[in-house]
Amino acid sequence: MRQNPLVHKRRGLRLLGVIVLLLPVLFLGLFFFYPLANIFRLSITAAAFYDLAQRPYFRSILWFTFWQAGLSTLLTLLAGLPAAYLFAHYDFRGRSLLKALTTIPFVMPTVVVAAAFRALLGANGPINQSLVGLFDLSRAPLQLEQTLTMILLAHVFYNVAVVVRLVGGFWANLNPRVVEAARVLGASPWRAFREITLPLLRPSLVSAALLIYLFTFTSFGVILILGGPQFSTLETEIYRQYVTFLRPDIAALLALLQIIFTFALMSVYARWQQHTAVSLDFRPQQTNLRRPQTRLEKTAVAALIAGLGLFLLSPLAALVWRSLVDRDGQFTLAYYQALPQLRRGSVIFVPPLTAVRNSIGYALLTVLLAGLLGVLTTTVLVRPSRWRNWLDPLFMLPLGASAVTLGFGYVVTFDRLRTSPLLVLIAHTLVAFPFVVRSLMPVLLGIKPSLREAAAVLGASPARVWREVDLPIMGRALLVAAVFAFTVSMGEFGATSFIVRPNSGYLTLPIAIQRYLGQPGALNFGQAMAMSTILMLVCAVGFIAIERFRYADVGEF
Amino acid sequence: MLDLHAIQKSFDDTAVLRSISLSVAAGEIVALLGPSGCGKTTLLRIIAGLETADGGEVLLDGVDVTAVPVHRRGFGMVFQDYALFPHKNVAENVVFGLRMQEWPPEKVDGRAAQVLELVGLAGFAERAIHELSGGEQQRVALARALAPAPRLLLLDEPLGALDRALRERLMLDLRAILKQAGGLVGRPEGITAVYVTHDQAEAFAIADRVVVMNAGHIEQVGRPTELYRRPATAFVARFLGMDNILPAAPLSADPPLAQTPLGPLAYTAPHPHTPTPAHPLTHSPAHLLIRPEAARLLPPGEEGENVVHGRVQDCSFRGRYQIVTVLVAGEDGEGETAVSLKLEFDSDEHLPDVGQPVQLSLDPRAIYRLE
Repeated sequence: MRQNPLVHKRRGLRLLGVIVLLLPVLFLGLFFFYPLANIFRLSITAAAFYDLAQRPYFRSILWFTFWQAGLSTLLTLLAGLPAAYLFAHYDFRGRSLLKALTTIPFVMPTVVVAAAFRALLGANGPINQSLVGLFDLSRAPLQLEQTLTMILLAHVFYNVAVVVRLVGGFWANLNPRVVEAARVLGASPWRAFREITLPLLRPSLVSAALLIYLFTFTSFGVILILGGPQFSTLETEIYRQYVTFLRPDIAALLALLQIIFTFALMSVYARWQQHTAVSLDFRPQQTNLRRPQTRLEKTAVAALIAGLGLFLLSPLAALVWRSLVDRDGQFTLAYYQALPQLRRGSVIFVPPLTAVRNSIGYALLTVLLAGLLGVLTTTVLVRPSRWRNWLDPLFMLPLGASAVTLGFGYVVTFDRLRTSPLLVLIAHTLVAFPFVVRSLMPVLLGIKPSLREAAAVLGASPARVWREVDLPIMGRALLVAAVFAFTVSMGEFGATSFIVRPNSGYLTLPIAIQRYLGQPGALNFGQAMAMSTILMLVCAVGFIAIERFRYADVGEF
Repeated sequence: MLDLHAIQKSFDDTAVLRSISLSVAAGEIVALLGPSGCGKTTLLRIIAGLETADGGEVLLDGVDVTAVPVHRRGFGMVFQDYALFPHKNVAENVVFGLRMQEWPPEKVDGRAAQVLELVGLAGFAERAIHELSGGEQQRVALARALAPAPRLLLLDEPLGALDRALRERLMLDLRAILKQAGGLVGRPEGITAVYVTHDQAEAFAIADRVVVMNAGHIEQVGRPTELYRRPATAFVARFLGMDNILPAAPLSADPPLAQTPLGPLAYTAPHPHTPTPAHPLTHSPAHLLIRPEAARLLPPGEEGENVVHGRVQDCSFRGRYQIVTVLVAGEDGEGETAVSLKLEFDSDEHLPDVGQPVQLSLDPRAIYRLE
C-alpha cells in the first residue's frame, strides 16, 4: 500500500480554527466578563450592604422598578392586542406599510423616543397648544412632563411592536375553524374569544409579556429623561449613585441585583420558548386574511388603523415639527443652522454637528468590528462541535447584561482608557454583537449540511466552502446585521452615558441630545429636537433597509 | 478499482458498520441496497470522505485514501436532496467542481454545455434552481457531479425525493446516462459508481452488481439476476419481497431433506458457487424458500414429491398467470400453525374454488435453503 501524497497536514487548519474561536472569546472575556467581575469585586463592601439594607429609599426603588415594568407590560398588551388582531385577520390597503410602522419605534433610540414624547406632550407641544387654542385656556391643560403617564406611554409606544409581531404572527396561524366550531356550538363571540382564542394564544402572550417586562425592567433612557429626578429604577439609580452621589459601591451592588434579576427573567423566557417552540405549524399567513365586510367591521377596522397610525406617528411627527418651528409657531431652520456652531454657554463643549459626526464614525467602526466578531463567532458556532453547547449561551450573555451595567463596569475597570474614544467603540461593539449573531445564526443554521458537503466533494477546501457557500448565502443577513449594528451604535445611550463625559470632544449624538433636553431655553430644546430628528431619520432609513433585506417576516428580537 | 477493507463505524457506541469489505471494479455500477438504518449511507459517506471510519481502509486503485480529505479525493456525489447551491444558477452549479479543479476558463463553458446535453438539460444553463422541477434538479445534480470527470461517482438515494412515476422513468434514464458517461469522464470502460438505495427495483434496474446490507453487515453480493434467483439468506429473500419462507431443520444432507411446518420437504442443495458471506451476528436458523412457481396441481390419488394438502384461500388473476393463496394446515393439524403459501399457476389451469381442498406437489428444484 502506497502512502497517498494528497494527505495534507491538517494541523494548520486546526490552528486557524482555534484562532477564529479564540478572538471572540478573548474579546468577550476582556470586555464583558472582566468588567462584570470587577463590579462584583467592588460591590462587596460592608457600607454598601448596610446602606442598601437600611434606607427604605432603595426598597421603594426596587418596588417601583418591578411595578412600573408590570404596569407597562399590561398596558402594552392591552394596546397591542387589537393591533395584533387587525394584522392577523384583515387585509387592507397599506397593511404591510402599517405593519412596518409598528416596528419603527422598536429600532428608535431611547433618547429619540423620549424627545418625541416631550415634543408631543410637553407644555408647548402640539396637543397642549391646540387644546389651549380650542378652549381658549390660559395655560396648558396637560401637565405630563416628568410624570409616570409619560413613562408608561413611551414604554407602550416602544414595545407595541413586540405584541404585533409575536402575538399577531401566532394569531394569524391559528386555525379559524376552531373558533367557528365553538360559535356553532353556541359560544358568543366573547365566550369564544375567552375560552378558545385566548388559551390558544397563551404561549405567544406569555412570550410577549416576558419580553416586554424584560425590556421595561431595564429601561434607562426613557426613565432618566422623561421621569426626572423623582422616578428612579434600578437602572437609573446605578447611574445616579455613580455619577451624582459618587457611591460606586452602592452602584455596584445595584448592578449586581440588576444582573441577577435580568438573568432570572431571561432564563424564564428561554425556558418558556423551549417549552412552546413545539408543533407550530406555520402556514402562509395570507390564507386567514380577509377584507372587512360589514359596515360595522369597516368602521372598526378603519378606526383601528387610524388610531394605531396616529399613536405611532404623532410623537415622531411632533419631533420633526418642533425642530422646524420656533416659539411663536413660525417656520424656522435656525435650530439646524446652529448645529455647526459652538454657542456661548453651551452644555457641551463642541458644536452639536461634531456629535453627529462622532456618532456616524462610531457606528461605522462598530459595523466593522461587530461584523467581524459576529462572522467569526457564527462560523464556529454553526459547525457541530463539542464546544458549541457551552459557547452558544456564552455568546448570548451580553444580551442579558444591561448597557448601563456594561458602561459602569468599563469606567471602574478601564480607568486609563476613560478618555479614549476606543472604549466607546468597544462598548458599542459589545452591545451590537448579539444582534449581529442573532441576524446571522438562523440563516447559517438554515443552510443544509449537504450543501457544504457537495462543495467539499467537488473539491472545495473548508475555507473555500465558507467563501463559496456560507458567505454568499449569508450575504443578505450580513447586510441586516450591519444595519443593526449601525443603528444600535447610533442610538446607544446607557453604556455611553457612563463612558463619555459631556465635556468630552468624543461625545455622541444621544449624549448631546440628553444634555440639551435637560437644559431650559427654546434654543436648547429646538436643537435637541433637530438632533433627535437627524438621529430618527438615520435609524428609520436603517430600519427600512432591514425590512427590505430580511428573509423571514417574524424576526428574532 | 475501489477496495474497502474491514470498514468499521460506530455512532455513540452503536455499531453502524461491522467490518465491511467490498471491491468495485472499474466501470462497474454497484448498488448498496438495504432498509433504512442498515449503514449503507454511512458507508457511502465514508467512501466520499464525509465521515471518518473508526477502522479499516479505503483504497482507490491500490492507494490508501482513508486519510485524504473529502475535497482532494476527486469524486462526484449526488445527494438525496441534491444539495444544489440555491444562490447559483444551473450553469454555475455545474461548473463549480471545474472551478475548484482550476480548469482553464475557455474549456469550462463547453464542458458545462456537454454535461447538460448528456443529462437532457441543454438550454437550461441560465435557469435559477428554484425554477426547476424535482426531476430537473435531480439531473442538474447529476450533471454537476459528472462535470469534473470524477474517478468515482457516488449516488445517495438520488431518486428518493421523487414521486413513484417519475422515479420509474428516471431509473432507466439514469442507467443509460451512467453507461454513456464513460466517454465523458475519459474512461472507455464506463463510469464507476456506487449507488445507495432502499428500493430493490431501483437497484436491479441501475446496478451491475447489488450489495444487500442489513444491520451494518453485508448479507449478499451478486448480480441482480443471481440475487433474484438464489437469495442467500432469509433477510435477502424477504427484502426482495419473496413469500413462502419457512423455518427449517435439516434432516439429511444427501438427499437434502428438512423438517418444516409443512412436514419434511426435499429441496435443492445450495449451488457451490453461490456466495454466502459470513455474518456472525445473525446466524439465524436455516429457512427454506419455496418459489411461487414450485407448485403443481396433483390429481386425486396421484403420487408425487413434497405433497401438501391445503385449502384455496384466495385467487387473484394477473394476466398470463394467477396467484393462488393456499392455506395448508400445520403438521399437527391445528389451525394455529397453518401456513399460507402464495403460488403461481398458469391462467388456464383450473383450480378448485375458494374454500375447496386442494392437493399440490412442490418441485424440490424450486425450493432452496436460506441461511
